[in-house]
Amino acid sequence: MTTLTQPEGQASPQDAGAPFLSVRDLYVQFATEDGTVKAVDGLSFDLERGKTLGIVGESGSGKSVTNLAVLGLHNPRNTTISGEIMLDGQELTGAPNRTLEKLRGNKMAMIFQDSLTALSPYYTVGRQIAEPFRKHTGASKKEARDRAIEMLRKVGIPQPQTRVDDFPHQFSGGMRQRAMIALALVCDPELLIADEPTTALDVTVQAQILDLLRDLQQETGTAIIFITHDLGVVANVCDDVLVMYAGRCVERGSVREILKTPQHPYAWGLLSSIPRLSASVDVPLQPIKGTPPSLLNPPSGCPFHPRCAFRDEVDGTLCQDERPPLVLDHGRGSACHLAAEQKQSIFAERIQPLLGRAG
Amino acid sequence: MLRFLVRRVLGAIVILILISAVTYFLFFALPADPALLSCGKNCNPQTVALIHHNLGLDQPIPVQYWHYMVGLFAGRDMPIGHCNAPCFGFSFANQQPVWDIIKDRYPTTLTLAVMGAAIFLTIGVGLGLISAARQGSLFDKIASGISLTGQSVQIYFIGPLAIYLFADNLGWLDRGHDVDWAHNPVGSITGMILPALVMSVIFWSNYSRQTRSLMVEQLSEEHVRTARAKGMNWRYVFFRYALRGAMGPIITIFGIDLGSVFGGAIITETTFGLHGIGNLAVAAVLQTDLPLEMGVMLFSAASIVLFNVLIDASYAFIDPRIRLA
Repeated sequence: MTTLTQPEGQASPQDAGAPFLSVRDLYVQFATEDGTVKAVDGLSFDLERGKTLGIVGESGSGKSVTNLAVLGLHNPRNTTISGEIMLDGQELTGAPNRTLEKLRGNKMAMIFQDSLTALSPYYTVGRQIAEPFRKHTGASKKEARDRAIEMLRKVGIPQPQTRVDDFPHQFSGGMRQRAMIALALVCDPELLIADEPTTALDVTVQAQILDLLRDLQQETGTAIIFITHDLGVVANVCDDVLVMYAGRCVERGSVREILKTPQHPYAWGLLSSIPRLSASVDVPLQPIKGTPPSLLNPPSGCPFHPRCAFRDEVDGTLCQDERPPLVLDHGRGSACHLAAEQKQSIFAERIQPLLGRAG
Repeated sequence: MLRFLVRRVLGAIVILILISAVTYFLFFALPADPALLSCGKNCNPQTVALIHHNLGLDQPIPVQYWHYMVGLFAGRDMPIGHCNAPCFGFSFANQQPVWDIIKDRYPTTLTLAVMGAAIFLTIGVGLGLISAARQGSLFDKIASGISLTGQSVQIYFIGPLAIYLFADNLGWLDRGHDVDWAHNPVGSITGMILPALVMSVIFWSNYSRQTRSLMVEQLSEEHVRTARAKGMNWRYVFFRYALRGAMGPIITIFGIDLGSVFGGAIITETTFGLHGIGNLAVAAVLQTDLPLEMGVMLFSAASIVLFNVLIDASYAFIDPRIRLA
């Protein structure tokens, strides 16, 4: 299991049991003409080798921003990053570019969402895969090319010896995404960040890609961060889940806990908005009301309160006034002012029946 | 790839034929009677009629056009003598073959064009690249300011200023004269530096602005971010990924500009008293020298079309997606 035992705001332990990836109090802010966008607003999590952490949330909740910060890919000109990102005992925030360049594509790699725009149209797939391999291992052109062919074969591209010389536009969408994965895995990264790797694909291809990632993880023991807004995918691949809202973690726990007994009204909303075959057709889907909050000017108190259907169950104006802390017990918890019993009873009595056979 | 090129070349030929037909008919639809123009001072109706017949002007215009086109490729016999291919006819003003006049003037235009293009491409793209690499820096702001100014000035304004400053006062540069490669190769280059520099100003301003904005756009592209995520260093990503993406549009503008400078730079040539194709075109129009006008016009048009084909071809090398089209 991924250990999510650290309470918010506490420094990472110094002992040998330090997690492989540890993010502490991460803040990412963008300076824009309209003001400062607080894209990530105090986020902490840990990840162990061989485990998969799902990060879910709506668009603009800070999922991708968090992970680009791990890779150090934000533009330093307009981005302020504070907090601590430790990868295998190495501090990444504020690390010099040369250090990060040695890690990127090597020890930590990323699969981007849209492989059509994420791959350069000007170079062959093989060259783009071989490039980081040559850079990080010092391999010759020939060795790198052989490696690219091997990787393409590994991700299931037919006739990799010839397809290696194709350009991305000559690949189908699913093949391109596989090539993207081959590119990310070419140096056997120890940390793999997959940013909605299957969102743009049809369901059958999606299942193949997820299988592929799982096989590769079993083979190499890679730690995976899986960014998605698809809870079906989460149920399939993740060990633990972190639900993000407005740049903060609002709930986390094991995948089973999040899907079976979610505690945060936002997580309830996410679950209710999934169509289910087992649900009665008379029960309408329940989208989450309202729109994601502006990160330029986030709501006071709990950022979810303007959209929350249960804020009246909390005494007074607590939700409007005070930001609920994330209280964790053995890596399980949520940031909500509702009392634990309230959460349980509301979910059991009012949410679960709408979900049909939950899970 | 080959089919793509063949198609482009065929298209270019069709365009050239259309241009030649339109210009030809336009010229002969003009009220000016070429016979009267070439007849000179002691003119009487009989001579005019004779000239009409000699020039073939009594034949229908399509037939005249046909003869003109045949002459262009095979040469033709004209009353004034045989005209070798490519035959654009003889100048009314001095009875010389038009093609000889163009050949005579072209070295100046060519030298000006090559030197000017080399200067504006280097300075323009160079400034744009540095500005894009250092967005918001002092350099970027100054370069943007200069480019904006450069785009708004006129050659006939900065030309004389530059002559006054660099040639007359400081004596650093030649004030500009025609080339003579056979007898004075060094002077051919030094005499063209000032005109080429002045001509390049209005061009490189455009390049630096375009290059900067194209590069800024490319640098925010996802494939550039992917390259960074692979651990490639910034300089490599800047040139191999971002510049590669920006190259297509830059080359397109470059092709259009090349077509126009190789077809003669009228204002630059006039400002510096050079005798190139542009200057020739002006003289031909002023003298209503129809064969010369027609010849220069076709020549310039062919130059623009030729560079467009070259651009299309280079595009296929730059962007693999076009190779299949």
